[in-house]
Amino acid sequence: MSDLKQELKEKIIEQLNLEDVSVAEIGDTDQLFGEGLGLDSIDALELIVMLDKDYGIKLADPKEGRKIFESVDTMATYIEANRA
Amino acid sequence: MANDYFIQAYSHIRNNQIWHNGESIFTADSADFSSFMKAAYKHFALDYGKFFKMDSLSKLAFMASNPLLNDEPEKNTALVMTNKAGSLDTDRKHQTTMNDYPSPAVFVYTLPNICLGEISIKHQLYSENAFFVFDSFNPSTLHDYANALLDSKKAEKVLCGWVDFEHQKHDAFLYIVSKSGTFEHSLETLNRLYQTP
Amino acid sequence: MDKVFLSYNNIVSAYGFDSLSAISQIENEVSSLKRTEDERILSDPFYTSRPTDTIVSEAFELLQPTKKYTRLEKLLAISLASTIRQSNIALTNRVGLIISTTKGNIDVLERANPFPEERAYLSELGTQIKSFFQFENDAVVLSNACVSGVLAVAVAKRFIDQGRYDHVFVAGGDLVTKFILSGFNAFQALSKEPCRPYCKTRSGINIGEVAASVLVTNDPNKLTKESVEVLGEASCNDANHISGPSRTGEGLHRSIQLAMAQTKLSASEIDYVSGHGTATQFNDEMEAIAFNRSGLQDTPMNSLKGYFGHTLGASGLLETIIGMHSLHRNTLFTNLGFQELGVSEPLNIIQRTTSEKLSTFLKTASGFGGCNTAALFKKVTANG
Repeated sequence: MSDLKQELKEKIIEQLNLEDVSVAEIGDTDQLFGEGLGLDSIDALELIVMLDKDYGIKLADPKEGRKIFESVDTMATYIEANRA
Repeated sequence: MANDYFIQAYSHIRNNQIWHNGESIFTADSADFSSFMKAAYKHFALDYGKFFKMDSLSKLAFMASNPLLNDEPEKNTALVMTNKAGSLDTDRKHQTTMNDYPSPAVFVYTLPNICLGEISIKHQLYSENAFFVFDSFNPSTLHDYANALLDSKKAEKVLCGWVDFEHQKHDAFLYIVSKSGTFEHSLETLNRLYQTP
Repeated sequence: MDKVFLSYNNIVSAYGFDSLSAISQIENEVSSLKRTEDERILSDPFYTSRPTDTIVSEAFELLQPTKKYTRLEKLLAISLASTIRQSNIALTNRVGLIISTTKGNIDVLERANPFPEERAYLSELGTQIKSFFQFENDAVVLSNACVSGVLAVAVAKRFIDQGRYDHVFVAGGDLVTKFILSGFNAFQALSKEPCRPYCKTRSGINIGEVAASVLVTNDPNKLTKESVEVLGEASCNDANHISGPSRTGEGLHRSIQLAMAQTKLSASEIDYVSGHGTATQFNDEMEAIAFNRSGLQDTPMNSLKGYFGHTLGASGLLETIIGMHSLHRNTLFTNLGFQELGVSEPLNIIQRTTSEKLSTFLKTASGFGGCNTAALFKKVTANG
């Protein structure tokens, strides 16, 4: 699980081009959107693509994303439970 | 009334070098455009994380407009830009990924006017935007369109120019047309300034 | 300053190859959107509206081309040929050509496409159309996302005001391609059903394909029965986000205010609003906020996307032309697909084709990059 979280942090930084952010700066429970990392709606769509491409998980309803992408913790939990 | 307007300031980006009003303000020995832009970002201490999410055309337009808009208090400054390649560099990127996992963050940049949106967001400009595509720098169209915006009071100033990016090759020449300035807003001036930074 | 008018016009669409074939079907509330299975474009079935290849090629052959042209060039040429012929204007150095498109010949990037990649440059599209008709002036290609079509009309007026041209032919068009559909699909923006602008059950857009063209002129002797005068126009950026519509409708509201400020009209004197209405959640909500801020919540309005889908670079021009015919026929067209209002502010959505005395209308559009355009038009009668 902690490997997965580390991996997710690396992927988030790389795929969302967060040039000014390091892995150490992202806490497991930090908010990804809004106040926290300040991700936006395009980032949310990119995360949906990432779930599909890297973990084989297709979101049936994009609105589900809001809960899943709350933090690295919630993402990791969701991926563990749903990955192919 | 063409002669009532002037070029207030101008900038160029070419061959890994940035000029402001004809003076070189940054140059780097970068291997590619992306590292050149990153070096410039650090040099000017921009502190604007969104910059790294932009495609090359937006980075180019953003970086070229920055010295012109940083100290510009006039918020009714229209943005009128032109180029040859449109957003083709990013279009090709989307074309290669669309069969598997098309990226929303790439797709959104497959429109040349997105760079105008990026500049509008950074400098909080709720102003007129237009993006035209020509085979080469077209001072006559830019000149008439800028004058139209100023004559009709749709804008107080107009940031105009050429921002072209394709296959690492980058060419930007931007200038602000205003009611006061050093150079007359004429085709001769535009041709001359475009050619030599 | 001379008045500037919109005059001769043409729509090439799945309804047929002139404006009236589209108008008569719209009047009957008939959509041209069809469920389509085409795996070269999208793996799942989708709703779209396109004229068939065969009909396009047949119509194009009548123009006696001397070399090969792309599908988009054919569509634009068929539309422009009709508008130029009707207007009977010689293509001198006083006549401009503006092409409104977001992606132009983007299909030539596909490996199977027989045309060279150079054709993907938008300026090359302009050159092809210019030489097909032998315009004296170079084409001005405007590529400003989904506001391109309305903005092109505004740009034509600005060039005429500036004395650059007396007449401008404006043509708009974009293709339904895998490039576009895969992108909008990644944006989770495509509807699996015919779209429902402003409706509670709306679930996204359909993409459609048309070419449209209109003559913009300062010559009061070159008017048609559906001609309108361009009263005011403006285009403002949201300065908020490159893809997400503003939560306050800022840019659209400002565009409407500035367009109105150029006229002597108040909001209550606008008879009809032709909205953008793509049927995505966020776009339609943004429009509702902007129209309320502008005092237009009681004005009859529609989105025409339920008839054609979103035709991208053509849409603003297409919908302006339909607005001209709407005024001339004194008829408000139904907002097809609408059942129940699904935005947070009130709007007066047209739910049945209605006869009504009309003399002015407002056309708006909004697009990626945070751009918005509003234009106000007033009915004129021929030679008057």
